[in-house]
Amino acid sequence: MAKIVVTSLEKTVMLPLVRPGRWYWAIVGVLAAIVALGAYAYVVQLQEGLVVTAMRDRISWGLYVSTFVFFIGISHAGTLVSAILRVTNAEWRKPITRLAEAITVFALIVGASMVIIDLGRPDRLLHIVQFGRIESPILWDFISISFYLTGSLLYLYLPLIPDLATLRDKMPSKARFRRWLYTRLAARWQGLPEQRRRLERALGAMAILIIPVAVSVHTVVSWIFGMTLRVGWHSTIFGPLFVVGAIFSGIATLIIVMAAVRKLFHLEGIIKPIHFRNLGLMLLALDVILLYFTLSEYLTASYPGETQDAAWLALLGSGEFSAMFWWMVIGGFIVPAVFVAVTKAKSVPAVVIAAILVNVGMWIERYLIVVPTMATPQTPSVIAAYWPSWVEWSILAGAVAGFGLLLLAFCRFFPVVSMWEVAEAAPTPLPEPFATEVAD
Amino acid sequence: MGRPGDPEAPRGASVKPREEDVPADESRREFLKWAAFAGAAVVAAGSTPFALEAIRGEETQGTPERTRRWTMLIDLRRCDGCKKCEVACRKEHNVPEGQNWLKVFTLTAASGTFFLPRPCMHCENPPCVKVCPVEATFRTKDGLVLIDEGRCIGCRYCMAACPYDVRVFNWQKPNPPELPQALSPDPIHGHVEHRQGVVEKCMFCAHRLKDGRLPACVEGCPMLAIYFGDANEDFVSNGYERLRLSTVLSSQQTFRYKEEMGTEPRVYYLPVRR
Repeated sequence: MAKIVVTSLEKTVMLPLVRPGRWYWAIVGVLAAIVALGAYAYVVQLQEGLVVTAMRDRISWGLYVSTFVFFIGISHAGTLVSAILRVTNAEWRKPITRLAEAITVFALIVGASMVIIDLGRPDRLLHIVQFGRIESPILWDFISISFYLTGSLLYLYLPLIPDLATLRDKMPSKARFRRWLYTRLAARWQGLPEQRRRLERALGAMAILIIPVAVSVHTVVSWIFGMTLRVGWHSTIFGPLFVVGAIFSGIATLIIVMAAVRKLFHLEGIIKPIHFRNLGLMLLALDVILLYFTLSEYLTASYPGETQDAAWLALLGSGEFSAMFWWMVIGGFIVPAVFVAVTKAKSVPAVVIAAILVNVGMWIERYLIVVPTMATPQTPSVIAAYWPSWVEWSILAGAVAGFGLLLLAFCRFFPVVSMWEVAEAAPTPLPEPFATEVAD
Repeated sequence: MGRPGDPEAPRGASVKPREEDVPADESRREFLKWAAFAGAAVVAAGSTPFALEAIRGEETQGTPERTRRWTMLIDLRRCDGCKKCEVACRKEHNVPEGQNWLKVFTLTAASGTFFLPRPCMHCENPPCVKVCPVEATFRTKDGLVLIDEGRCIGCRYCMAACPYDVRVFNWQKPNPPELPQALSPDPIHGHVEHRQGVVEKCMFCAHRLKDGRLPACVEGCPMLAIYFGDANEDFVSNGYERLRLSTVLSSQQTFRYKEEMGTEPRVYYLPVRR
């Protein structure tokens, strides 16, 4: 057998597959405990019914639906980085494409499960397939998200193939399961010119195809709300507003996950400050667009002063939801923008803090889309106040932890950095005008 | 008109009107057909408990030549807010605690407070039916918006879509316990048992219509404020008197709740002041 040459890049990236380290297991333990709490809460809900949530007849959608919208939004990280940046030939994307695509897949899985958790009769889930009515926006979502999940899985898998072949060839022979797994998944990849050509073509096609699918996904999510006769939902800006918000929180999530993975697996030499800087600047750009859309939405609703609009806006601006609303605007949009702008995104911690603020703000944004509209009276019915119950909070915590756990499990079996793409890009050093002098 | 009739009098056991009330021979014959058809429908439904698809295509009453167009007319001037209609509805359907299929709203206007009983509007352009992902809620040919509780997945989209806050959800285990699924899958059967995790609402007492009877709220109203009937046959009845619907609609200032939304409700109101 020929001597196996492992480059330093491969060594760094493959180390977590073999020896993920103590911290890895510690974090897995904590996340698993939180997921267990969420699972327990769900079992309670299955036994007792949705009565264990705080939802009631008038506010009949709450935290679950908000979290569904949030996670489906996050899934746009992958499309942005791997598809849009690929199409625009941004070479710097290469070390972070894999992470972005993994985020997409897992966010979709977690997001879709939130809807199932919200169902009164999860046992009848397959009725969607059996009796599906194409006139219902929920069907549009079902179709669109299915497409997106399939496409994203494919888009995660295709660029993995050369790396899987590397793993197949370079894994220690005693790791028999791993070798078997990688041999199967590598699909006889030999790095032949013909194979490379085909892979490139497939990736190029996927990049173009997945962009409209991704845009459609969050557009139809917004249309679930937009197609109703309700104040605050029945708005033409909803499609674009949701898509921009989705990319915004997707970038924020990618930044957070990048920072965590980089620290955990010592990838400082591969995921560099320039990645944080570039994503930070994109975060800023989307922040500004979202502020503009948000202003558009609320100003158009408030200026004419129609009764229902006024009642809804009063709840947001000065009523029950005002603390959350102003936290969203200031803490979720303005402060992160200032943070990134002032530091010119040169400081990694500043970008990461901004990203965390953005994601908290964006979750609140989703909540404020769902709940206040339902809390705005449309008849003289009595509306029971809604504040999520412990079951809902536990399931939310479980969902977030589950998302992290899926990512960590992925990191245990697959390289989090696309080795072959980074190696290809390596000869020409990345231009890092700012990043090189910046300590993180 | 004062307090009409004796509320304790046995009425509404049948929508069959007293002879002197019948304006034309034509409608009397129609009326008698109701009961005959209803009998056949009950037998058919009893023998095939899973004939759901058949029910979706069929009318709850009427004949193939003549389709019903069920309509309700509520005279708000007569309504004194006693909520006996709510009670009758609750009793008829064993409506779970905390829910109202029919709700009497108290509204304040410049002229003082008045009451607005709100059943399901059975819209001709129902926003709830539009959004249902599994066709669990549907509109029958004769204009009833019903729910197939055996199919509903409990996504509650219809509740979000209904502008009238009509729909209610069974958040918890029903009491009495739900029957095995096979026993009551028919959305136009009246039943006292409820299912967890599905949406329910006013069904214009479709099970009574089959038997040629008036809805429970109509019978329960001591003020005789609620009329029910068939717009195609052009009459509504509160159990005592019959009105020609077209005459009422053209001569009185009737309105429909949130008419501007384009939902085309099948419930008309006669305003307090006209």
